[in-house]
Amino acid sequence: MNTYARVLNGLNTSTVPTERVVSFSKIFKDTGFRFVTMSSSDLGDAIDLIYHFDKDLDLRSMRVIVPKGSAISSITSVFACALLVENEIKEHFGVDFEGLPIDFNGTFYLDEEVQRTPFCKIGIAKKPADAQEV
Amino acid sequence: MARTTLPFGPQHPVLPEPIHLSLVLEDEIVVEAIPKLGYVHRGLEKLAEIRDHNQMIQIVERTCGICSTLHAMCYCQGIEGLMDVEVPDRAKFLRVVWAEMHRIHSHLLWLGLFADAFGFESLFMQCWRIRERIMDLQEATSGNRVIVSVNVVGGVKRDIKPETQKWILDTLKLVEKEVQQLKAVIMDDYTVKRRTVGIGVLTKERAFELGACGPMLRASGVEQDMRQLGYAAYSMLDFHAVVETDGDSYARTLCRFNEIFQGIDLIRQAFAKLPEGEINVKVKGLPTGEVVSRVEQPRGECVYYIKATGKKFLDRLRIRTPTFNNLAPLLELLPGCELADVPVLILTIDPCISCTER
Repeated sequence: MNTYARVLNGLNTSTVPTERVVSFSKIFKDTGFRFVTMSSSDLGDAIDLIYHFDKDLDLRSMRVIVPKGSAISSITSVFACALLVENEIKEHFGVDFEGLPIDFNGTFYLDEEVQRTPFCKIGIAKKPADAQEV
Repeated sequence: MARTTLPFGPQHPVLPEPIHLSLVLEDEIVVEAIPKLGYVHRGLEKLAEIRDHNQMIQIVERTCGICSTLHAMCYCQGIEGLMDVEVPDRAKFLRVVWAEMHRIHSHLLWLGLFADAFGFESLFMQCWRIRERIMDLQEATSGNRVIVSVNVVGGVKRDIKPETQKWILDTLKLVEKEVQQLKAVIMDDYTVKRRTVGIGVLTKERAFELGACGPMLRASGVEQDMRQLGYAAYSMLDFHAVVETDGDSYARTLCRFNEIFQGIDLIRQAFAKLPEGEINVKVKGLPTGEVVSRVEQPRGECVYYIKATGKKFLDRLRIRTPTFNNLAPLLELLPGCELADVPVLILTIDPCISCTER
Protein backbone atom coordinates (compact mmCIF):
# COMPACT_ATOMS: atom_id res chain seq x y z
CA MET A 1 0.00 0.00 0.00
CA ASN A 2 1.30 3.44 -0.89
CA THR A 3 2.16 5.82 1.94
CA TYR A 4 0.37 8.92 0.69
CA ALA A 5 -3.09 7.35 0.74
CA ARG A 6 -2.83 5.36 3.91
CA VAL A 7 -5.68 2.99 4.55
CA LEU A 8 -6.33 2.98 8.27
CA ASN A 9 -5.90 -0.44 9.81
CA GLY A 10 -4.65 -2.00 13.01
CA LEU A 11 -1.03 -1.36 12.12
CA ASN A 12 -1.15 2.41 12.13
CA THR A 13 -4.26 3.08 14.20
CA SER A 14 -4.56 2.40 17.89
CA THR A 15 -7.83 2.65 19.81
CA VAL A 16 -7.49 4.23 23.22
CA PRO A 17 -10.00 4.81 26.05
CA THR A 18 -11.40 8.35 26.33
CA GLU A 19 -9.75 9.01 29.69
CA ARG A 20 -6.28 8.32 28.26
CA VAL A 21 -6.47 10.59 25.24
CA VAL A 22 -4.22 13.27 26.77
CA SER A 23 -1.59 10.85 28.06
CA PHE A 24 -1.41 9.07 24.69
CA SER A 25 -1.14 12.40 22.90
CA LYS A 26 1.77 13.24 25.17
CA ILE A 27 3.49 10.02 24.19
CA PHE A 28 3.16 11.03 20.55
CA LYS A 29 4.58 14.46 21.30
CA ASP A 30 7.45 13.12 23.41
CA THR A 31 8.44 10.76 20.62
CA GLY A 32 8.69 13.58 18.08
CA PHE A 33 5.33 13.37 16.35
CA ARG A 34 3.49 16.47 15.22
CA PHE A 35 -0.26 16.87 15.37
CA VAL A 36 -1.71 16.81 11.85
CA THR A 37 -5.45 17.02 12.41
CA MET A 38 -8.50 15.18 13.72
CA SER A 39 -11.22 13.40 11.78
CA SER A 40 -14.62 12.46 13.08
CA SER A 41 -17.70 10.57 12.04
CA ASP A 42 -21.08 9.74 13.49
CA LEU A 43 -21.43 6.10 14.61
CA GLY A 44 -25.04 6.46 15.71
CA ASP A 45 -24.78 6.30 19.49
CA ALA A 46 -21.20 7.56 19.60
CA ILE A 47 -18.76 9.82 17.78
CA ASP A 48 -15.64 8.33 16.27
CA LEU A 49 -12.68 10.66 16.80
CA ILE A 50 -9.41 9.97 15.00
CA TYR A 51 -6.31 11.96 15.93
CA HIS A 52 -3.66 11.98 13.20
CA PHE A 53 0.05 12.41 13.99
CA ASP A 54 3.06 12.50 11.71
CA LYS A 55 6.76 11.98 12.15
CA ASP A 56 9.07 12.12 9.15
CA LEU A 57 6.08 11.52 6.85
CA ASP A 58 4.99 8.45 8.83
CA LEU A 59 1.30 8.94 9.63
CA ARG A 60 -0.10 7.34 12.79
CA SER A 61 -3.65 7.59 14.06
CA MET A 62 -5.27 7.32 17.46
CA ARG A 63 -8.95 6.42 17.61
CA VAL A 64 -11.27 7.35 20.45
CA ILE A 65 -14.94 6.42 20.59
CA VAL A 66 -16.89 9.05 22.52
CA PRO A 67 -20.45 8.11 23.56
CA LYS A 68 -22.90 10.86 22.63
CA GLY A 69 -23.60 13.19 25.49
CA SER A 70 -20.30 12.52 27.27
CA ALA A 71 -17.25 14.76 27.35
CA ILE A 72 -13.61 14.20 26.45
CA SER A 73 -10.49 16.08 27.50
CA SER A 74 -9.04 18.57 25.07
CA ILE A 75 -5.48 17.82 23.97
CA THR A 76 -4.63 21.52 23.66
CA SER A 77 -2.49 21.22 26.79
CA VAL A 78 -0.21 18.95 24.75
CA PHE A 79 -0.76 20.25 21.20
CA ALA A 80 -1.98 23.87 21.34
CA CYS A 81 -2.73 23.78 17.61
CA ALA A 82 -5.60 21.33 18.24
CA LEU A 83 -7.70 24.27 19.45
CA LEU A 84 -9.36 25.12 16.15
CA VAL A 85 -10.12 21.57 15.04
CA GLU A 86 -11.57 20.68 18.44
CA ASN A 87 -13.85 23.71 18.23
CA GLU A 88 -14.86 22.64 14.72
CA ILE A 89 -15.74 19.12 15.85
CA LYS A 90 -17.59 20.42 18.86
CA GLU A 91 -19.69 22.57 16.58
CA HIS A 92 -20.30 19.96 13.89
CA PHE A 93 -20.68 16.82 16.02
CA GLY A 94 -21.58 18.10 19.46
CA VAL A 95 -18.54 16.57 21.18
CA ASP A 96 -17.81 18.42 24.40
CA PHE A 97 -14.07 19.03 24.80
CA GLU A 98 -13.15 19.86 28.37
CA GLY A 99 -10.39 22.39 28.94
CA LEU A 100 -10.52 24.29 25.66
CA PRO A 101 -8.57 27.54 26.20
CA ILE A 102 -10.89 29.36 23.78
CA ASP A 103 -14.36 27.87 23.48
CA PHE A 104 -16.39 29.30 20.62
CA ASN A 105 -19.47 27.53 22.00
CA GLY A 106 -20.68 26.46 18.60
CA THR A 107 -20.17 29.80 16.87
CA PHE A 108 -16.87 28.99 15.15
CA TYR A 109 -18.41 28.61 11.68
CA LEU A 110 -22.11 28.71 12.37
CA ASP A 111 -24.35 31.49 13.55
CA GLU A 112 -25.90 31.48 16.98
CA GLU A 113 -29.33 30.69 15.58
CA VAL A 114 -28.11 27.26 14.36
CA GLN A 115 -29.19 24.88 17.09
CA ARG A 116 -28.36 21.49 15.58
CA THR A 117 -25.04 19.79 15.13
CA PRO A 118 -25.08 19.53 11.34
CA PHE A 119 -22.83 16.53 10.81
CA CYS A 120 -24.69 14.24 13.16
CA LYS A 121 -27.52 12.34 11.60
CA ILE A 122 -29.50 13.23 14.72
CA GLY A 123 -28.57 16.46 16.44
CA ILE A 124 -27.83 15.75 20.07
CA ALA A 125 -26.07 18.77 21.45
CA LYS A 126 -27.93 21.99 22.00
CA LYS A 127 -25.94 25.12 22.43
CA PRO A 128 -26.22 26.63 25.88
CA ALA A 129 -28.76 29.42 26.04
CA ASP A 130 -26.13 31.87 27.22
CA ALA A 131 -23.65 31.06 24.42
CA GLN A 132 -21.62 34.17 23.72
CA GLU A 133 -20.00 34.94 20.45
CA VAL A 134 -16.23 35.21 20.90
CA MET B 1 -3.48 51.60 28.85
CA ALA B 2 -7.02 51.21 27.52
CA ARG B 3 -7.57 48.30 25.18
CA THR B 4 -9.45 48.55 21.93
CA THR B 5 -10.97 45.63 20.06
CA LEU B 6 -10.78 46.13 16.33
CA PRO B 7 -12.66 43.90 13.89
CA PHE B 8 -10.28 43.08 11.04
CA GLY B 9 -12.11 41.70 8.01
CA PRO B 10 -13.95 39.86 6.62
CA GLN B 11 -14.09 42.80 4.21
CA HIS B 12 -10.84 44.71 4.10
CA PRO B 13 -9.15 46.54 1.20
CA VAL B 14 -5.93 44.56 1.46
CA LEU B 15 -7.40 41.13 2.10
CA PRO B 16 -7.90 38.86 -0.89
CA GLU B 17 -9.92 36.47 1.25
CA PRO B 18 -12.58 37.13 3.86
CA ILE B 19 -10.62 36.24 6.96
CA HIS B 20 -12.11 37.72 10.11
CA LEU B 21 -10.01 38.49 13.17
CA SER B 22 -10.83 40.33 16.35
CA LEU B 23 -7.68 42.28 17.16
CA VAL B 24 -7.20 43.49 20.71
CA LEU B 25 -4.95 46.54 20.62
CA GLU B 26 -3.02 48.59 23.12
CA ASP B 27 -2.31 51.84 21.33
CA GLU B 28 -1.07 50.58 17.92
CA ILE B 29 0.27 47.25 19.20
CA VAL B 30 -1.67 44.02 18.81
CA VAL B 31 -1.92 42.11 22.09
CA GLU B 32 -4.35 39.39 21.06
CA ALA B 33 -5.94 38.05 17.89
CA ILE B 34 -9.01 35.80 17.85
CA PRO B 35 -10.23 34.27 14.58
CA LYS B 36 -13.87 34.06 13.58
CA LEU B 37 -14.66 31.83 10.66
CA GLY B 38 -17.88 31.12 8.83
CA TYR B 39 -18.22 33.99 6.37
CA VAL B 40 -17.88 31.65 3.38
CA HIS B 41 -18.69 28.35 5.09
CA ARG B 42 -20.56 26.19 2.58
CA GLY B 43 -20.70 22.79 4.23
CA LEU B 44 -19.12 21.01 1.24
CA GLU B 45 -18.20 17.97 3.34
CA LYS B 46 -21.86 17.41 4.12
CA LEU B 47 -22.56 16.98 0.41
CA ALA B 48 -20.79 13.61 0.57
CA GLU B 49 -24.01 12.29 2.13
CA ILE B 50 -26.03 13.01 -1.02
CA ARG B 51 -23.50 12.79 -3.89
CA ASP B 52 -21.83 9.57 -4.98
CA HIS B 53 -18.07 9.17 -4.83
CA ASN B 54 -17.57 10.14 -8.48
CA GLN B 55 -19.74 13.24 -8.25
CA MET B 56 -17.73 14.30 -5.22
CA ILE B 57 -14.72 14.96 -7.47
CA GLN B 58 -16.52 17.97 -8.97
CA ILE B 59 -17.46 19.15 -5.50
CA VAL B 60 -14.01 18.90 -3.91
CA GLU B 61 -12.55 20.75 -6.91
CA ARG B 62 -14.73 23.66 -5.93
CA THR B 63 -13.36 23.79 -2.41
CA CYS B 64 -10.81 26.24 -3.76
CA GLY B 65 -10.26 27.71 -7.21
CA ILE B 66 -6.55 28.26 -6.77
CA CYS B 67 -5.73 24.64 -5.98
CA SER B 68 -8.70 22.84 -7.51
CA THR B 69 -6.75 20.08 -9.24
CA LEU B 70 -4.84 19.28 -6.05
CA HIS B 71 -8.06 18.82 -4.09
CA ALA B 72 -9.29 16.44 -6.77
CA MET B 73 -5.98 14.61 -6.87
CA CYS B 74 -5.94 14.17 -3.10
CA TYR B 75 -9.51 12.89 -3.13
CA CYS B 76 -8.98 10.56 -6.11
CA GLN B 77 -5.81 9.02 -4.70
CA GLY B 78 -7.69 8.37 -1.46
CA ILE B 79 -10.48 6.53 -3.30
CA GLU B 80 -7.86 4.74 -5.41
CA GLY B 81 -6.16 3.65 -2.17
CA LEU B 82 -9.44 2.26 -0.84
CA MET B 83 -10.26 0.43 -4.07
CA ASP B 84 -6.67 -0.72 -4.63
CA VAL B 85 -6.49 0.90 -8.06
CA GLU B 86 -3.12 1.25 -9.78
CA VAL B 87 -3.02 4.47 -11.82
CA PRO B 88 -1.14 4.31 -15.17
CA ASP B 89 2.30 5.95 -15.10
CA ARG B 90 1.42 8.45 -17.81
CA ALA B 91 -1.48 9.73 -15.69
CA LYS B 92 0.84 10.10 -12.70
CA PHE B 93 3.20 12.33 -14.68
CA LEU B 94 0.34 14.37 -16.12
CA ARG B 95 -1.01 14.90 -12.61
CA VAL B 96 2.39 16.37 -11.66
CA VAL B 97 2.25 18.76 -14.63
CA TRP B 98 -1.15 20.18 -13.66
CA ALA B 99 -0.26 20.24 -9.96
CA GLU B 100 2.89 22.25 -10.59
CA MET B 101 1.08 24.63 -12.95
CA HIS B 102 -1.29 25.26 -10.07
CA ARG B 103 1.57 25.88 -7.68
CA ILE B 104 3.20 28.36 -10.07
CA HIS B 105 0.06 30.37 -10.73
CA SER B 106 -0.92 30.30 -7.06
CA HIS B 107 2.45 31.66 -5.96
CA LEU B 108 2.33 34.33 -8.69
CA LEU B 109 -1.15 35.29 -7.55
CA TRP B 110 0.14 35.59 -4.01
CA LEU B 111 3.19 37.61 -5.06
CA GLY B 112 0.89 40.05 -6.83
CA LEU B 113 -1.25 40.46 -3.74
CA PHE B 114 1.87 40.81 -1.63
CA ALA B 115 3.13 43.63 -3.89
CA ASP B 116 -0.30 45.25 -3.75
CA ALA B 117 -0.21 45.17 0.06
CA PHE B 118 2.86 47.40 -0.12
CA GLY B 119 1.13 49.71 -2.56
CA PHE B 120 3.19 48.52 -5.54
CA GLU B 121 0.31 48.40 -7.99
CA SER B 122 2.43 48.17 -11.12
CA LEU B 123 4.32 45.21 -9.64
CA PHE B 124 1.01 43.62 -8.72
CA MET B 125 -0.10 43.81 -12.34
CA GLN B 126 3.26 42.47 -13.56
CA CYS B 127 2.88 39.38 -11.35
CA TRP B 128 -0.64 38.75 -12.59
CA ARG B 129 0.38 39.39 -16.20
CA ILE B 130 2.95 36.59 -15.92
CA ARG B 131 0.36 34.43 -14.16
CA GLU B 132 -1.94 34.82 -17.15
CA ARG B 133 0.51 32.75 -19.21
CA ILE B 134 -0.03 29.83 -16.84
CA MET B 135 -3.78 30.36 -16.89
CA ASP B 136 -3.63 30.14 -20.70
CA LEU B 137 -1.77 26.83 -20.41
CA GLN B 138 -4.41 25.51 -18.03
CA GLU B 139 -7.20 26.56 -20.34
CA ALA B 140 -5.52 24.98 -23.36
CA THR B 141 -4.82 21.69 -21.58
CA SER B 142 -7.94 21.29 -19.49
CA GLY B 143 -10.56 23.53 -21.08
CA ASN B 144 -10.78 25.76 -18.03
CA ARG B 145 -8.67 28.51 -16.56
CA VAL B 146 -9.46 28.04 -12.88
CA ILE B 147 -11.27 24.78 -12.14
CA VAL B 148 -8.88 22.39 -13.85
CA SER B 149 -11.05 19.32 -13.86
CA VAL B 150 -8.75 16.60 -15.11
CA ASN B 151 -8.63 14.02 -12.33
CA VAL B 152 -10.81 10.95 -12.23
CA VAL B 153 -10.63 7.89 -10.02
CA GLY B 154 -8.12 5.76 -11.95
CA GLY B 155 -6.11 8.48 -13.65
CA VAL B 156 -6.79 11.65 -15.65
CA LYS B 157 -9.31 12.35 -18.38
CA ARG B 158 -7.17 14.48 -20.69
CA ASP B 159 -3.85 13.91 -22.35
CA ILE B 160 -1.28 16.51 -23.41
CA LYS B 161 -0.09 16.14 -27.00
CA PRO B 162 3.61 16.56 -27.93
CA GLU B 163 3.04 19.89 -29.73
CA THR B 164 1.20 21.24 -26.68
CA GLN B 165 4.04 20.01 -24.48
CA LYS B 166 6.48 22.02 -26.58
CA TRP B 167 4.30 25.11 -26.31
CA ILE B 168 4.11 24.65 -22.52
CA LEU B 169 7.89 24.32 -22.25
CA ASP B 170 8.44 27.43 -24.41
CA THR B 171 5.98 29.39 -22.28
CA LEU B 172 7.63 28.20 -19.07
CA LYS B 173 10.99 29.38 -20.36
CA LEU B 174 9.50 32.82 -20.77
CA VAL B 175 7.83 32.68 -17.37
CA GLU B 176 11.09 31.63 -15.74
CA LYS B 177 12.92 34.60 -17.24
CA GLU B 178 10.21 37.04 -16.20
CA VAL B 179 9.99 35.67 -12.65
CA GLN B 180 13.77 35.98 -12.31
CA GLN B 181 13.47 39.67 -13.18
CA LEU B 182 10.58 39.99 -10.75
CA LYS B 183 12.52 38.31 -7.98
CA ALA B 184 15.36 40.79 -8.32
CA VAL B 185 12.90 43.70 -8.17
CA ILE B 186 10.97 42.47 -5.13
CA MET B 187 13.61 40.81 -3.01
CA ASP B 188 16.20 43.60 -3.36
CA ASP B 189 13.74 46.41 -2.73
CA TYR B 190 14.46 48.58 0.29
CA THR B 191 10.80 48.94 1.30
CA VAL B 192 10.10 45.23 0.98
CA LYS B 193 13.12 44.37 3.09
CA ARG B 194 12.22 47.01 5.67
CA ARG B 195 8.74 45.53 6.08
CA THR B 196 9.59 41.84 5.91
CA VAL B 197 13.10 41.15 7.22
CA GLY B 198 12.85 40.20 10.86
CA ILE B 199 9.05 40.69 10.85
CA GLY B 200 6.80 37.84 11.92
CA VAL B 201 9.59 35.47 12.89
CA LEU B 202 8.48 31.90 13.48
CA THR B 203 11.22 29.71 14.86
CA LYS B 204 11.77 26.17 13.63
CA GLU B 205 10.61 24.70 16.94
CA ARG B 206 7.46 26.82 17.17
CA ALA B 207 6.56 26.23 13.52
CA PHE B 208 6.71 22.49 14.16
CA GLU B 209 4.82 22.68 17.45
CA LEU B 210 2.07 24.90 16.10
CA GLY B 211 1.45 22.60 13.17
CA ALA B 212 2.52 25.04 10.43
CA CYS B 213 2.73 23.62 6.93
CA GLY B 214 3.86 24.51 3.44
CA PRO B 215 6.14 27.51 2.81
CA MET B 216 5.21 28.75 6.30
CA LEU B 217 6.94 25.69 7.78
CA ARG B 218 9.77 25.38 5.30
CA ALA B 219 10.71 29.07 5.61
CA SER B 220 11.42 28.29 9.28
CA GLY B 221 13.92 25.62 8.36
CA VAL B 222 11.81 22.45 8.56
CA GLU B 223 12.41 20.28 5.52
CA GLN B 224 8.96 18.82 5.12
CA ASP B 225 6.97 18.68 1.93
CA MET B 226 4.26 16.12 1.19
CA ARG B 227 5.74 15.63 -2.28
CA GLN B 228 8.48 13.73 -0.44
CA LEU B 229 5.85 11.00 0.04
CA GLY B 230 6.28 10.30 -3.66
CA TYR B 231 2.61 10.51 -4.68
CA ALA B 232 1.70 10.85 -8.37
CA ALA B 233 5.08 10.72 -10.16
CA TYR B 234 7.14 12.64 -7.60
CA SER B 235 8.96 9.49 -6.57
CA MET B 236 10.27 9.25 -10.15
CA LEU B 237 11.45 12.87 -10.30
CA ASP B 238 14.40 14.65 -8.78
CA PHE B 239 12.77 16.57 -5.97
CA HIS B 240 14.08 18.33 -2.88
CA ALA B 241 12.02 20.54 -0.59
CA VAL B 242 12.74 24.27 -0.81
CA VAL B 243 13.88 25.40 2.63
CA GLU B 244 14.80 28.78 4.13
CA THR B 245 15.99 29.26 7.68
CA ASP B 246 15.19 32.80 8.86
CA GLY B 247 11.49 32.13 9.51
CA ASP B 248 10.45 35.74 8.79
CA SER B 249 8.15 37.24 6.18
CA TYR B 250 11.11 37.73 3.82
CA ALA B 251 12.03 34.03 4.05
CA ARG B 252 8.46 32.97 3.29
CA THR B 253 8.46 35.19 0.19
CA LEU B 254 11.80 33.79 -0.93
CA CYS B 255 10.52 30.26 -0.37
CA ARG B 256 7.57 30.84 -2.70
CA PHE B 257 9.78 32.43 -5.36
CA ASN B 258 12.08 29.40 -5.33
CA GLU B 259 9.11 27.03 -5.47
CA ILE B 260 8.04 28.68 -8.74
CA PHE B 261 11.42 27.80 -10.27
CA GLN B 262 11.20 24.34 -8.77
CA GLY B 263 7.71 23.87 -10.25
CA ILE B 264 9.00 24.81 -13.70
CA ASP B 265 11.84 22.32 -13.29
CA LEU B 266 9.43 19.56 -12.22
CA ILE B 267 7.23 20.12 -15.28
CA ARG B 268 10.31 19.90 -17.51
CA GLN B 269 11.34 16.65 -15.81
CA ALA B 270 7.81 15.27 -16.08
CA PHE B 271 7.66 15.92 -19.83
CA ALA B 272 11.16 14.53 -20.33
CA LYS B 273 10.19 11.28 -18.60
CA LEU B 274 6.55 11.11 -19.72
CA PRO B 275 5.89 7.46 -20.60
CA GLU B 276 3.56 6.31 -23.37
CA GLY B 277 0.42 4.45 -22.46
CA GLU B 278 -3.08 4.79 -21.08
CA ILE B 279 -4.12 7.83 -19.07
CA ASN B 280 -6.70 6.08 -16.92
CA VAL B 281 -8.07 2.69 -15.98
CA LYS B 282 -11.73 1.80 -15.64
CA VAL B 283 -12.80 1.44 -12.04
CA LYS B 284 -15.80 -0.61 -11.01
CA GLY B 285 -17.37 -1.14 -7.63
CA LEU B 286 -17.74 1.00 -4.55
CA PRO B 287 -15.07 1.96 -2.03
CA THR B 288 -14.96 0.39 1.42
CA GLY B 289 -12.80 1.33 4.39
CA GLU B 290 -11.06 4.37 5.80
CA VAL B 291 -8.18 6.23 4.25
CA VAL B 292 -6.11 9.32 4.87
CA SER B 293 -4.73 10.92 1.71
CA ARG B 294 -2.19 13.74 1.65
CA VAL B 295 -0.81 16.05 -1.04
CA GLU B 296 1.23 19.25 -1.01
CA GLN B 297 -0.86 22.19 -2.12
CA PRO B 298 0.72 25.59 -2.83
CA ARG B 299 -0.09 26.57 0.76
CA GLY B 300 1.00 23.30 2.32
CA GLU B 301 -0.17 19.89 3.40
CA CYS B 302 -3.74 19.00 2.49
CA VAL B 303 -5.32 16.03 4.28
CA TYR B 304 -8.39 14.10 3.19
CA TYR B 305 -10.04 11.55 5.45
CA ILE B 306 -12.52 9.33 3.61
CA LYS B 307 -14.74 6.70 5.18
CA ALA B 308 -16.82 4.44 2.97
CA THR B 309 -18.90 1.40 3.70
CA GLY B 310 -19.50 0.05 0.20
CA LYS B 311 -22.64 2.13 -0.29
CA LYS B 312 -23.39 4.61 -3.05
CA PHE B 313 -22.55 7.56 -0.83
CA LEU B 314 -19.48 8.05 1.32
CA ASP B 315 -19.96 7.76 5.05
CA ARG B 316 -17.70 10.71 5.75
CA LEU B 317 -15.43 13.06 3.89
CA ARG B 318 -13.22 15.34 5.92
CA ILE B 319 -10.97 17.95 4.34
CA ARG B 320 -8.17 19.61 6.28
CA THR B 321 -6.71 22.42 4.26
CA PRO B 322 -3.29 24.01 4.83
CA THR B 323 -4.59 27.44 5.82
CA PHE B 324 -6.58 25.87 8.65
CA ASN B 325 -3.29 24.70 10.16
CA ASN B 326 -1.46 27.94 9.42
CA LEU B 327 -3.99 29.96 11.42
CA ALA B 328 -2.45 28.82 14.72
CA PRO B 329 1.03 30.14 13.81
CA LEU B 330 -0.57 33.36 12.55
CA LEU B 331 -2.27 33.87 15.89
CA GLU B 332 1.13 33.47 17.53
CA LEU B 333 2.81 35.95 15.17
CA LEU B 334 0.28 38.77 15.50
CA PRO B 335 0.58 39.65 19.22
CA GLY B 336 3.35 42.20 19.63
CA CYS B 337 3.30 43.51 16.08
CA GLU B 338 2.14 46.93 14.95
CA LEU B 339 -1.32 47.29 13.46
CA ALA B 340 0.27 48.49 10.20
CA ASP B 341 2.11 45.17 9.87
CA VAL B 342 -1.02 43.05 10.29
CA PRO B 343 -2.06 42.95 6.59
CA VAL B 344 1.42 41.95 5.40
CA LEU B 345 1.72 39.35 8.16
CA ILE B 346 -1.63 37.84 7.28
CA LEU B 347 -0.63 37.75 3.64
CA THR B 348 2.62 35.93 4.35
CA ILE B 349 0.70 32.82 5.42
CA ASP B 350 -1.02 33.01 2.00
CA PRO B 351 -4.48 32.57 3.52
CA CYS B 352 -7.17 30.76 1.59
CA ILE B 353 -10.33 31.14 3.58
CA SER B 354 -12.62 29.53 1.04
CA CYS B 355 -10.47 26.38 1.49
CA THR B 356 -10.42 26.70 5.25
CA GLU B 357 -14.14 27.13 5.72
CA ARG B 358 -15.18 24.68 3.01
